Amino acid sequence: MSYYFAVIGTQDNPLFEYEFGTSKQGGDGQSRFTEQAHHLNQFVLHSSLDIVEEVQWMNGQLYMKVIDKFFTNYISCFMTGGSVKFLLLHQPSATASGTASATRNSTSVGANPTSPQTEEAIKNFFSEVYENYVKAIMSPFYKVNMEIRSPVFRQRVAAAGRKYL
Amino acid sequence: MASSKASRLGEEYVWRTRMDKVNAELVVLTYGAMVAQLCKDFDSDYVKVNQQLDKMGYNIGLRLIEDYLAKSNTFKRCSNFRETAEMIAKVGFKIFLNITPTITNWTSDGKQFSLVFDENPFADFVELPDDGRAQDELWYSNILCGVLRGALEMVQMQVEAKFVSDVLRGNDTTEMRISLIRYIDDELPPEDD
Repeated sequence: MSYYFAVIGTQDNPLFEYEFGTSKQGGDGQSRFTEQAHHLNQFVLHSSLDIVEEVQWMNGQLYMKVIDKFFTNYISCFMTGGSVKFLLLHQPSATASGTASATRNSTSVGANPTSPQTEEAIKNFFSEVYENYVKAIMSPFYKVNMEIRSPVFRQRVAAAGRKYL
Repeated sequence: MASSKASRLGEEYVWRTRMDKVNAELVVLTYGAMVAQLCKDFDSDYVKVNQQLDKMGYNIGLRLIEDYLAKSNTFKRCSNFRETAEMIAKVGFKIFLNITPTITNWTSDGKQFSLVFDENPFADFVELPDDGRAQDELWYSNILCGVLRGALEMVQMQVEAKFVSDVLRGNDTTEMRISLIRYIDDELPPEDD
């Protein structure tokens, strides 16, 4: 299971990106994207911004679950009150079904991207990131729509990723 | 011991009953916005920003001392500098900011000490700009130095106050060094002629 997380500003400008892998079921927290996928991911996320615009007023929730799918990439979205988007691209490992532990994996977080467990885990991840995002932008030296360079924020996103995904 | 405990409760009482409270985040954001604006106005010349903060603090201190004396019920003049330090840390900071910095590192002549801040209500959420200089040059809470300098000057003490470390810079502690330069004698106004 590999994840690519990005924060997108109000002008659809990228503010922050972070790539990681699952830490559940003995995962080592490293992403397993292929070489070209690193670049492709950015396009995939960006293209789903149109869908975000479509669904953002549908149910009044900040967390919009899986909003888009591109081949095996699933995209979950969370939108803050200030219309900054948190997008998480998750890609179940292609090899998972072929391994001996496949039966156990099928119920695990991430193996089924639209299962309630996965939705819940991602929701928790987003909430924790949201909390830390608010702290990061409360810094007086941060300006709206500026790239988030805070190393503390990056650490905390990583920690949230390890904890929930 | 008993008397010091009684007075500790006294400060708690003053803090709870006589001081107007304000939302902590309002303070953090207001002070932060001010420092950020100063950095912008002086084109990130952090030495000048420090000076400016100190100057602002000085002007606050000149007037704040009156408020302190009125609210804290400490009319007795401090007999020595050690007592002054105690009053600053345990009464002054307590009633205005609800923190009690630790007093340490006295020099043997009793003229210099350090205040170590375990918590700094100004610095919540703050991360210094990552331009490579702010970490070495900016003293974010420098206004406090000015406040102490101004306030003590009004009670006949000329001091020098400066930060020597700050957790925002990655140091382990936030420490302010205060040195007594002299007691100011009452001076006669200069003659007109």
